[in-house]
Amino acid sequence: MTRTPAATATAPGAVHPATPLDPDAAISVRGLVKRYGDSTAVAGLDLDIRRGEIFALLGPNGAGKTTTVEVLEGYRQRDGGDVRVLGVDPATGGRRWKADIGIVLQSGGGDSQLTCLELLRAQASYYADPRDPAEVLELVGLTEKAGARGRTLSGGQRRRLDVALGIVGRPRLLFLDEPTTGFDPEARRQFWSLIRSLRDLGTTMLLTTHYLDEAEELADRVGVIARGRLVEVAVPAELGGRGQAPAVVSWTEDGVRRTAETVGPTAFVRELATRFPGEVPDLAVARPTLEDVYLRMIGEPA
Amino acid sequence: MTATTERSLPSVGSVWRTRGGVELKEFFRQRESVVFTLAFPVILLVVFGAVLDYDIGGGVTFTQYFMAGIVAAGILGASLQNMAISIATERSDGTLKHLSGTPMPKSAYFVGKVVQVLAVTVLIVVILLAVGRLAYGVVLPSGSDWITFVWVTALGSSACTLLGIAVSSLAKNGRSASAMVTPIALVLQFISGVFFQFSQVPTWMQTIAALFPLKWMAQGLRSVFLPDALAAAEPAGSWELGRVALVLGIWCIVGLALCVKTFRWQDRG
Ligand SMILES: Nc1ncnc2c1ncn2[C@@H]1O[C@H](COP(=O)(O)OP(=O)(O)O)[C@@H](O)[C@H]1O
Ligand SMILES: [Mg+2]
Repeated sequence: MTRTPAATATAPGAVHPATPLDPDAAISVRGLVKRYGDSTAVAGLDLDIRRGEIFALLGPNGAGKTTTVEVLEGYRQRDGGDVRVLGVDPATGGRRWKADIGIVLQSGGGDSQLTCLELLRAQASYYADPRDPAEVLELVGLTEKAGARGRTLSGGQRRRLDVALGIVGRPRLLFLDEPTTGFDPEARRQFWSLIRSLRDLGTTMLLTTHYLDEAEELADRVGVIARGRLVEVAVPAELGGRGQAPAVVSWTEDGVRRTAETVGPTAFVRELATRFPGEVPDLAVARPTLEDVYLRMIGEPA
Repeated sequence: MTATTERSLPSVGSVWRTRGGVELKEFFRQRESVVFTLAFPVILLVVFGAVLDYDIGGGVTFTQYFMAGIVAAGILGASLQNMAISIATERSDGTLKHLSGTPMPKSAYFVGKVVQVLAVTVLIVVILLAVGRLAYGVVLPSGSDWITFVWVTALGSSACTLLGIAVSSLAKNGRSASAMVTPIALVLQFISGVFFQFSQVPTWMQTIAALFPLKWMAQGLRSVFLPDALAAAEPAGSWELGRVALVLGIWCIVGLALCVKTFRWQDRG
């Protein structure tokens, strides 16, 4: 199964480029292109994210996740394509539009002399209908750090403070750029449950990650991005056509190691068994793991 | 669109107030900035007042002369150096980027900085005057000298604040801003008549100093702190208050133009 992405090819599950922008989607993107000098970081991306959905943009470092997200947040100017975020072109989004989105940057928010609670109060004062800062601290599990300054927090606590700052304005849409990179497994698990409680509050989320398990765990749909293109959009269980992917049967015959790819491994093995008097030597049946599927998706095309 | 509730954003004035409060906390809670900007000029005044207590003529002590210079240097620190370093820091650590992604009106950031500069400037001037008066018997300005004092301070501080904001864009981060701006400020202080009498500075250095605001701030403040008889020792033989206003006003306009042209809310991209 070799993938030969042509410039016009549409990734499985992705929006077809010819479809018009969806004005009701939380995010609608057609043909997004972003270049830095001679290199193209995003090369024609089409995407619709529904309201209420958690969408994960999954891809390796340098795939174009941050570039894409920061175009959607209004931080970077695009070189081509059309984009609507909550019905507005981010390049022209004003105060009212910014009040409806929450942003957690990949690099976090910076160093401050203010305490967590003071930072949240200041941030809340920019919005029309903010959440109660104390409640937000509770939600992200930083209540006992309310009076602590940012620099005294651990990495995981810092990131939860970033999220608190992102949601205190009661955004309808929240961007999270690699929210858990650098976390230990325990901190990551805690963070995941925070994201789930935000989902229960009805916030639409676009998060980026290079962790497969994170995308699988959190997202309603996953878009796999590699070299600035979406190579697939699917619900986690169907990512990479898992289930339908051929199994690999391997065995030894006449002293030679042999393998065969088949969609019906049971029938294949039954047939194989008739060729040997007893056990099939070194018989093994392997299904590609999600990891294998993912690595193949993001690998250089053959 | 789901349920578009017409919530009105907070008034610009209320966000200005928030930012003013934030900037005051940011300054006064940071030990480096308090020591560097506030305490350093006071220490210099104490040391110079104790060591260089000679008569510069007409019964005026050097401390009285130094008062004008150290107040000018204090204003420079509270505005130009403070703005250049703090904004470069906030640009490189992502604070500015974060703010520009919120519905905070952009003006509020600058209003907060102005509140910070104003508070620090007033505080430093009050402390310097108090220490000078109480410890060294410096004669405080009287009558219309206060008016000159206020406009020179306000105009000089405005010019240096704008220049500081502009200069912040040249630096990669707070540390490099500090490395760039501190030596420049020090050299300017030496050639602008802060640490020595301006009349003792070689003419060619006086000419260079005259291109920058500090010399004019110090000169304007000398007209406040020194008896008019000493105006004869100035390069032009007078206080040149009209020219002080003109040069500082031009620097305000140049600084503002540079700010508008160079200010960035993020590092790159
Ligand atoms: N500001 C920039 N200037 C130049 N090149 C950039 C810039 N930002 C990103 N790139 C390049 O664009 C590509 C995509 O980067 P990025 O969007 O940060 O990927 P990701 O977030 O998936 O790691 C990379 O090759 C990166 O080096
Ligand atoms: Mg990134």
